[in-house]
Amino acid sequence: MALFGLFSGKASASDAAVEAAALRSDRFRQEREADWTRLDTIVTRLEAGRTRRLSDADVLALPVLYRTVASSLSVARETSLDAATLAYLEGLVQRAWFQVYGPRVTLWGWLRRFFGGEWSRSVRGLWPELIAALALMVAGAVVGWLLVAGDQDWYFSLVPGGFLDVRVPGASREVLRGTLFDGAKQDGLTVFAAYLFSHNAGIAILCFALGFAFGVPPLLLLIQNTATLGAMLWLFHGQGLTYEFVGWLSIHGTTELLAILLAGAAGLHVGRSMAFPGKRSLIEAAAEAGQRAAVVMAGVVLMLVCAGLLEGLGRQLIEATPARYAIGYGMLTFWLFYFFAFRRDPQGSESE
Amino acid sequence: MTAVVLPRKLSVRSDRRRTLLTPEGIALPIVLASRGTRLGALLIDLLIMFVSLLVTTLILAYGGIRLWGDTKGGEPGAVQFLIIAWLVVVWLTRYAYFLVFELGPRGATPGKRITGIRIAARNGGRLTAEMVLARNLLRDIELFLPLQLLISARGIEGTDYAGLTAGLWFLIFALFPFFNRDRLRAGDLIAGTWVVEAPKRKLEAALSTSGPALRGTSSTTGVSYRFTDAELAIYGEYELQTLERVLREGRPEAMAAVHEAICRKLGWNPGAGDERAFLEAYYTQLRARLESGMRMGRRKADKNTPGTG
Repeated sequence: MALFGLFSGKASASDAAVEAAALRSDRFRQEREADWTRLDTIVTRLEAGRTRRLSDADVLALPVLYRTVASSLSVARETSLDAATLAYLEGLVQRAWFQVYGPRVTLWGWLRRFFGGEWSRSVRGLWPELIAALALMVAGAVVGWLLVAGDQDWYFSLVPGGFLDVRVPGASREVLRGTLFDGAKQDGLTVFAAYLFSHNAGIAILCFALGFAFGVPPLLLLIQNTATLGAMLWLFHGQGLTYEFVGWLSIHGTTELLAILLAGAAGLHVGRSMAFPGKRSLIEAAAEAGQRAAVVMAGVVLMLVCAGLLEGLGRQLIEATPARYAIGYGMLTFWLFYFFAFRRDPQGSESE
Repeated sequence: MTAVVLPRKLSVRSDRRRTLLTPEGIALPIVLASRGTRLGALLIDLLIMFVSLLVTTLILAYGGIRLWGDTKGGEPGAVQFLIIAWLVVVWLTRYAYFLVFELGPRGATPGKRITGIRIAARNGGRLTAEMVLARNLLRDIELFLPLQLLISARGIEGTDYAGLTAGLWFLIFALFPFFNRDRLRAGDLIAGTWVVEAPKRKLEAALSTSGPALRGTSSTTGVSYRFTDAELAIYGEYELQTLERVLREGRPEAMAAVHEAICRKLGWNPGAGDERAFLEAYYTQLRARLESGMRMGRRKADKNTPGTG
C-alpha cells in the first residue's frame, strides 16, 4: 500500500493548513480519498486474481464504492481543475467498471446456464436459417447422387479419397460391405477418433466464421459436404447396401450432420444480419447475431466431441446394424427434444 | 506562456480517444489500443503458445520413445494414448488459450497484459462470456486457418494457387483493422467488443495543499506572493493544466521559462531562484479563481477566452 503511505504522510503534514484554507476542490478530495483508496485496493486485488484475499465486506462494498467514486468523478468534473486527480478518478472508475461489469461468471456457472436453456434458446433463435441449411443439405445430397448417377467420374471429384480407398464405382459388394463392418481390425482407431474430432471442429468453426462474408461460404460448404454423402449413398445403393450404409453413417452421422447444420445456420445467421440489419446499425446487428451464433457454436463443438467418440469408438465396436440405427436415431431424438421441447429460461442471466 | 510545450495527454492521437457511457450514465474517456500494440500483444501470445506446445511435445515424445522402447513396439495402446493427449493439448492451445485468459478478471491474455491493453464491451455494458467466445472463434479463421493452409500448401508441389488464396485470405483479415475507425478486427465486429488501453494511474499529491502554495509564501525567501484578480484573469484552464504539468515534472529549465513568461505578462521583473514557490502560489490562486468561476457556471477555457470579470 504505497498509496496509503504516500498520502497519509502528505495529508498529516498539511492537515491543519487544509482545514484552514484549502481550495474547496482539495477539501472535496481530502474528504473522499479514503473511499478512493479502498476501491483502488479492492480493484487491484481483483485484477491480480487474488479474490480469496478479499473479505466478504470488500466484495459487497465493491459496487457501492464504484458508484460512490463514479459520483465523485461527476462532481469533480464540475468543480475541480486538478488534472491529476481527474485523470486518476477516470482511471479508477474505468478499472472498477471493468470489474463490476466484467464476465463474472465462473466456468461452472456458465456451463449451468449454457445447458440450462441458453444453448437451446439460441438454437431456436436461428430457426429460419436452420430451415434454409436443412434444405441446402438435402439439396446437396440429391445433387451428389444425381451427378454420380449421370456420370461416374463425378464420384472422384465429390468424394475425397486416397488411392488406397476401395470405395470406388465398380467395387464388389463384399469389398464395400467390408468397409462398413471391419472396424475392429482398423489400426489406431482411437487416434482416428481424436483426429476426426479436431478436424470436424475446424470445419464447423470455418462454417460459422465464414458467415461473416455475408453467408455465401457456409452455403457452399453445406452443399459440398452433403454432395459427398449423396455420391457415397449412390455407390452403396448400387450394391444393395443402403440399409447397412445408412446404419454405418447414422450412428455418429445424425449428431455430426446436425452439428454441421447448426454451424452452417449460425454462419448464415451472422451473414443475414449483416446483409439485412433492419433498423439496427450494421455493427449492432453483427454483434447481436455474432453473440447468439457463438453460443450455438460452443454447443456445436461439444456435439462434435460426441460425434467423434461415436464414430471412433461406437462404430468400430458396434457391428450390428439395428443397434447402430438405435443409437443414431436415439441421439437425434435426444438433440431435437433438447433443442425444441426444452424451453426453460436460463438461470442467472448475466444481463443486468 | 510562450515556451509552452504540448501537454503529454494530447500526444495520444485524438482519433484514438472515445467516450464510453456506463450503465450509470457516466461518460468515461477511453483510449483505443493502437494496432502496433495489438500486434505486439498477439506476437507475445503466439510465442507463449509456441513455446508451451514445444515443451509439451518434447515431454510427450520423450515419454512415447521410452514406452516404445520398453515394450518393443508390442503395446501401441499407451503410445496411442500419448498421441491423443498431444492432439487434445494442441486443440486446447488453439481454442482455449485466448478464451480462458480473456474471461479472467483482467480481460487480457498475457501478451495483452504485458502491453497494457485489454478487451471491453463496445456498448459500455457487461462484457459477457458470449462476446469473448465469438471474438475468439473468429480468430481461428482470421489467423490459424490461413496459416495452416499456407503451411500445408507449401508441403505439396505445384500448389501456388492454394498458397496465394491463403495469403490473400490472411491479408484481408489482417488489414481489417485499417478500414474502420474503431480499429476492430473481424472478431471484434462480430462480438461487439473492442480493445482499449488498460487504465493504470497512481493518485498524485495535490499541488495546492502544500504550505507555500496555500499561503503564497516562499520557504526560501519568505516572500509572500499575492496576485490580484486582474493578474489572475490573464489565463484560463488550458494554461492552468500546463502549469500543473510543469510543476509535477519539476524540470528547472521548464519552470524557469514558464516563470519568466508569466512575470512578463504581469509586468513583474522576473528574478531567479524562487521559481517553484512563485509558480505554486500562482497555480493555487489561479485554480481557486477558475474553480469559483466554475461554481458560478463561468468557465474560461484558455487565455484567448474573453474575460469573465
